[in-house]
Amino acid sequence: MKLIPCPLNGLRNVNEFAYGGDVLEMPATSASDDAWIDYIFTRENKAGLVREWWFHIPTSYWFILERDTVTDTVIRSYPADQVFSRRIDFPPRRES
Amino acid sequence: MPIALIRHALFAPKRPRRHLPAPTELKRSYDVVIVGGGGHGLAAAYYLARYHGIRRVAVLEKGYLASGNTARNTAVVRANYVTPGSVRFYAESVKLFENLSAELDFNILFSQRGQLTLAHTDAAMRGFRLRAEVNRRCGVESVMIGSGEIAKLVPTLNLVPAERYPVLGGLWHPPGGIVRHDAVAWGYARRAAERGVEIHQRTEVTAVHVDNGRVVAVQTNRGRVACGAVVQAVAGSSSLVAALAGLRLPIVTYPLQAMVTQPLKPFVDPLVSSPQFHVYISQTPRGDVVIGGGSDPYPLYGTRATLDLKESLIQHTIELFPCLAGAKLLRQWAGIADMTPDYSPIMGKTEVAGYYLDAGWGTWGFKATPICGKAMAELVATNETPGLIGAFGVDRFRTFRLVNEMGATAASH
Ligand SMILES: Cc1cc2nc3c(=O)[nH]c(=O)nc-3n(C[C@H](O)[C@H](O)[C@H](O)COP(=O)(O)OP(=O)(O)OC[C@H]3O[C@@H](n4cnc5c(N)ncnc54)[C@H](O)[C@@H]3O)c2cc1C
Repeated sequence: MKLIPCPLNGLRNVNEFAYGGDVLEMPATSASDDAWIDYIFTRENKAGLVREWWFHIPTSYWFILERDTVTDTVIRSYPADQVFSRRIDFPPRRES
Repeated sequence: MPIALIRHALFAPKRPRRHLPAPTELKRSYDVVIVGGGGHGLAAAYYLARYHGIRRVAVLEKGYLASGNTARNTAVVRANYVTPGSVRFYAESVKLFENLSAELDFNILFSQRGQLTLAHTDAAMRGFRLRAEVNRRCGVESVMIGSGEIAKLVPTLNLVPAERYPVLGGLWHPPGGIVRHDAVAWGYARRAAERGVEIHQRTEVTAVHVDNGRVVAVQTNRGRVACGAVVQAVAGSSSLVAALAGLRLPIVTYPLQAMVTQPLKPFVDPLVSSPQFHVYISQTPRGDVVIGGGSDPYPLYGTRATLDLKESLIQHTIELFPCLAGAKLLRQWAGIADMTPDYSPIMGKTEVAGYYLDAGWGTWGFKATPICGKAMAELVATNETPGLIGAFGVDRFRTFRLVNEMGATAASH
């Protein structure tokens, strides 16, 4: 993986990008502690196809990249709004 | 030519002595199956057989003996961590290393020339003062030193104050050193095998059978093996093997690259590390300069080389040691490192009874080989978690009791 196809900037050198972790479904704010702990710490760490957040540093652009963690090859990339089409509203913070 | 040499050539027994017994059939059952024939697995086998009288033990290794990170690491051994629990744990390992050649009757060439970690910023100076203090309170020798003392310890180091990141001081850790890493694995393997432990190479664990919450057997490419307990010590493959037992871990696998120059005349005695530059070096007894750094920027199950990482290592090495500018690289390689969120290992029991984890050793686990093997053996033999590793259980992520060693680990090994 020497070049990454950025949905915004086209093919760019891999060192212009930062890895941002797996694309995960965030639990509901009301979810159990266990669900949140899992979300924060537990990782599939798959050997094979993964779907991840990547960041193009010079243009501050986040997008989604699918790649293979065994062959070190890119499968495809696309803008995040293809997966995240809904706005996530957080409940107002409780004062304590 | 000396006569003795001629006599040896003519009359010495033709067959070299076997280092390990010839491979045997895989039995149908063992008391303990150890998955992974690296230093960790072999050490656990040795301590089980030698100190707990548990000898129906099989070490199953999918490749050849110690072909994983045990063979690929840069062999830095030190105890100058920052949390008291880690400092005590790694200090115990340094002590075992000091006596390991005698214990195994096998020369592991532990060369304690001291480790120097360089501070290039005020923040690093503060961090190092904390480490020096914690170390001192745990009985581990670590002191802050200034550039005058550094110049005496490492005369070839670039101490020009006008550099972009000048060396402000350092954390000096005299017990630090390097070890002949392969010998550690071979020594443990040989002495474990003498006591009846079976070492099966090219034997891959492909499934783990759990019955009623307890591990009962493992499936391998050579058949099913029943067992009373399993120790998983597979480094970069930790998540994949744990998944066979239905366990999910807070681990991500990253490549870690290293390289070595042609042999040079001795020019640096201590191990020198710069977290700021993500690089550390040591000169082996043979004269090669071993150069290591931080892990790759993204996870991967592969050991390919990247020019980016090599360029960065070379650039920073030359910044620290301008005299190395003309040196030629001899070899480069990589291993896959099982990284945890807090840069501390995971050792202990799991939700599956009889299934013990020795994982999450990332870029820093070689130095723990003896103490980890010893502690895991005690854990398996008694089913009680030894106090020394109590803080490192996988349950710490459920209780948010993380053991944060990021600052004391990143790129200093
Ligand atoms: C480049 C590099 C430099 C490093 N430098 C240092 C250093 O200076 N100091 C330090 O303390 N640490 C260092 N480390 C980290 C250290 O090497 C490891 O943490 C340590 O060696 C892990 O030992 P191990 O025995 O657990 O793993 P390994 O030696 O990797 O052994 C695990 C074994 O498990 C086997 N295996 C995997 N899956 C299966 C399966 N399904 N069935 C059977 N067998 C399987 C593998 O083939 C492998 O041989 C470095 C690592 C690398 C890669």
